[in-house]
Amino acid sequence: MTNVAIDLEAQRPSLHAHVHDAVAPAHAEGQQHPIKLYLVVWGWLFVLSTGSYLVDYFGLQGYLRWSLILLFMVLKAGLIVAVFMHMAWERLALAYAILLPPVLVLVFVAIMVFESEYTHLIRVLFFGAPA
Amino acid sequence: MAETALTTHGLSPARPDGWQGIAADWSSDQRAFKNVSWGKAMMWIFLLSDTFIFSCFLLSYMTARMSTTVPWPNPSEVFALEIAGHHIPLILIAIMTFILISSSGTMAMAVNFGYRRDRVKTAVLMLLTAALGATFVGMQAFEWTKLIREGVRPWENPWGAAQFGSSFFMITGFHGTHVTIGVIFLIVIARKVWRGDFDVGRRGFFTSRKGNYEVVEIMGLYWHFVDLVWVFIFAFFYLW
Repeated sequence: MTNVAIDLEAQRPSLHAHVHDAVAPAHAEGQQHPIKLYLVVWGWLFVLSTGSYLVDYFGLQGYLRWSLILLFMVLKAGLIVAVFMHMAWERLALAYAILLPPVLVLVFVAIMVFESEYTHLIRVLFFGAPA
Repeated sequence: MAETALTTHGLSPARPDGWQGIAADWSSDQRAFKNVSWGKAMMWIFLLSDTFIFSCFLLSYMTARMSTTVPWPNPSEVFALEIAGHHIPLILIAIMTFILISSSGTMAMAVNFGYRRDRVKTAVLMLLTAALGATFVGMQAFEWTKLIREGVRPWENPWGAAQFGSSFFMITGFHGTHVTIGVIFLIVIARKVWRGDFDVGRRGFFTSRKGNYEVVEIMGLYWHFVDLVWVFIFAFFYLW
């Protein structure tokens, strides 16, 4: 028991030093990136938004429309989270804790797709006129 | 037995008991997010919970739209405007999108200048962000007025499925509320920056804590999130 206690004591300073190493660089200055980076991302967001608007303007339909909408949406969301919200420079512990849970929403989406197709079927069967 | 003894030994001698003990134990040196302050971590966790709220709204909209047997109104036409005699589809929403993206750009630069301790540029950029946000809310008010005049209600509309109105008011209303709250917070923080609170270590209202320029970044996280939610609303509600 005493041995363990001594070991713990011995480890403590090194642990502290380690924590300080991790803290110091990020905290002293905060997030420091050249302004140009933000302007470039800003420009790309404009380009991508224009792209998704043109999808509607030219009246694309069907799978081409939906895949383009999703593509532009994911790219825009990725740029905002990664650069504007600085997630690209955060440690993985934070990135995974925040970014993984929303992915599970896709399970919810799948459940509701089945549910609404069922509801639609029942409505068509019992109330007539399908859309 | 040995385990218990070891655990007891590992504790520092005097830990508080009762409610204080609970608070002290949960807040002791166990940190998962090593280089992120509690304020930033809490903002991220709040945004995560907000993500689920907006996910539920968009999911209920998807369910309503997929399960209705009545045709869904065409958003491209519903949100079209006549500008100088030209009929332009979805133009108002496109302009709102560009305004919100621009406000995100100015916010990101405000955070950057904040960490460089350039308080005038930070405050000006934050106020510019707030102005763009207020413009966005104003255009949304215009959009709501236009649709309500055309007969859109949460329970009916002239063009098709009744759920269009309820989904529209719920989703854009909640997003607009977020933008409005963001504008108010932006003005509050910008005032603190302008006054130099974060340079002289002036203690803040209510918490009596000394702030620093990280507050600007935390504020920015919220603002970018509002922009992020709009990206999804734009894709799923207006374009789909």
